[in-house]
Amino acid sequence: MTIVAETFVLPERRSPAGRLSDFFWRHPHVLLTVLLGPPLLWLGVVYLGSLFALLLQSFFSIDEFSGLINYEFTLATYRQLLSEANLDIILRTVSMAALVTLFSAFIAFPIAYYAARYARGKWKALFYLAVMLPLWSSYLVKVYAWKLILAKEGILTWIFEKLNLLWLLDAWLALPIVGGNSLSVSYTGTFIVFVYVWMPFMILPIQAALERVPANLIEASSDLGGTPAQTFRHVLFPLALPGVVAGSIFTFSLTLGDYIIPQIIGSSRLFIGQAVYAQQGTAGNIPLAAAFTVVPIVIMGAYLWMAKRMGAFDAL
Amino acid sequence: MRSEKSNRAPLGLKVAAAAGLAFMHVPILLIFLYAFTTEEKTYQFPPPGLTTQWFAVAWDRPDVWAALTLSVKVAAIATGAALVLGTLCAAAVSQTRFFGRETVSLLVILPIALPGIITGIALRSAFSMADIPFSFWTIVLGHATFCIVVVYNNAVARFRRISGSLIEASMDLGADGFQTFRYVILPNIGTALLAGGMLAFALSFDEVIVTTFTAGQQSTLPIWMLEELIRPRQRPVTNVVAMIVVIVTFLPILGAYYLTRDGDQIAGAGK
Repeated sequence: MTIVAETFVLPERRSPAGRLSDFFWRHPHVLLTVLLGPPLLWLGVVYLGSLFALLLQSFFSIDEFSGLINYEFTLATYRQLLSEANLDIILRTVSMAALVTLFSAFIAFPIAYYAARYARGKWKALFYLAVMLPLWSSYLVKVYAWKLILAKEGILTWIFEKLNLLWLLDAWLALPIVGGNSLSVSYTGTFIVFVYVWMPFMILPIQAALERVPANLIEASSDLGGTPAQTFRHVLFPLALPGVVAGSIFTFSLTLGDYIIPQIIGSSRLFIGQAVYAQQGTAGNIPLAAAFTVVPIVIMGAYLWMAKRMGAFDAL
Repeated sequence: MRSEKSNRAPLGLKVAAAAGLAFMHVPILLIFLYAFTTEEKTYQFPPPGLTTQWFAVAWDRPDVWAALTLSVKVAAIATGAALVLGTLCAAAVSQTRFFGRETVSLLVILPIALPGIITGIALRSAFSMADIPFSFWTIVLGHATFCIVVVYNNAVARFRRISGSLIEASMDLGADGFQTFRYVILPNIGTALLAGGMLAFALSFDEVIVTTFTAGQQSTLPIWMLEELIRPRQRPVTNVVAMIVVIVTFLPILGAYYLTRDGDQIAGAGK
């Protein structure tokens, strides 16, 4: 018996690595610190630090004469943010983000539903890749592709011409808000490109939510006399809603902060991202730029809170 | 019992799904067509003729090569940093329990959850406050910050699948912590890390919004493209570069997909 008891305890490890390993085993908190230290130092100190420093600057103001930042606590910058012209920018951006989100859901839903319910085996993999590749392909190349398409001499005009529908395009461009000299300098163009670039982010969350809807629920609904429209309205859509909301987090947030798309394809009226860019760059007004960045943060905070209440995070 | 009929998609749904997929793919295919057009001044469609001469022109452009080299270097180093930090973070979150675990996951996701312009301007104002001049390393720092999450997501998903008894068995057989990591954990998470690394590379290679704030006068390939987009000067070369960028980002995505397709969570589902 005594012999067994002695061999139960292994001899202490002699090598430095062995000793270090034993030390970590006895002090798991030290190991945790070693593991978490570098990433937390990077994200918690460098990243969050810069973020807070930026937000802090929104409580400073800029001296109108010297153009220097006045380091005294003030709400003047926020008063400036709420001026009519700036509220206009905020309203324009938020309504664009809402419209883009709505249309993205509209286009993404059939793709997601087909992939979740009908695609099997090889087709399912193919569908997955067909969604993934545009999702990950270069943002700028996608914008560039639309510059080619929307140009006056581009493919879209050519198609309209071949279909003898040029009058329709011209009539649309003559409309007050959505129109413009050509599609590439109109809100319509901006909207199409936004939908194109951010819509793929909507598909996979909706698909994930739809995968969890049992097929016999749909059948039960039609057995009980529901038309396809009724089944969609009362069974399928409510069950898919968390997925739609989860996807809308991406489309909404990404549209809210974008400044490149409206700069390349759009009219000269600014969006929030462009306003931030202009304020910190040419205008040199960092406090106002910082105050502008607070807007998407607050909107997204409220949006995420609402999404969480609707159970969207389980669909991610 | 599922009836045969319910396994056939209604025609309307098929058409809508096909139209949606076409909407996603046709613009990218057009890029490939335009790389061969003979027209240099406009975006004329249909192209008046096809040629391969622009590939040779693009090949001889030192500015394109410089931008490409910078992009690849930045992406490689940012991916390396993200691999180390993301794996450490994933190991801590999935293998141990501690106060504030949820907060760590949130912190990792924050750099891509907030609009890129916020991350960019925050880093830029921090650099200027700390008097750090723009350099290669300021770009890398920005990129690594939002690449961590990609590696982290992949690694956490895989760590969850490693059963704890494997690690205990290794310890019982006398392996120390490092040996267990080398011979048990690493072979298990290897493909997930490779997939995460490839996605991080693709993400960094393509990034433009944060980069415009942290690059100063340097020009990565996306910045080069952005300048062409704002002031088009050499359309044919831009067409060729756009096509190359599409191909360079597709390869890691396909690679990551094949490495993780058997798992319960396929890499790249979230960007």
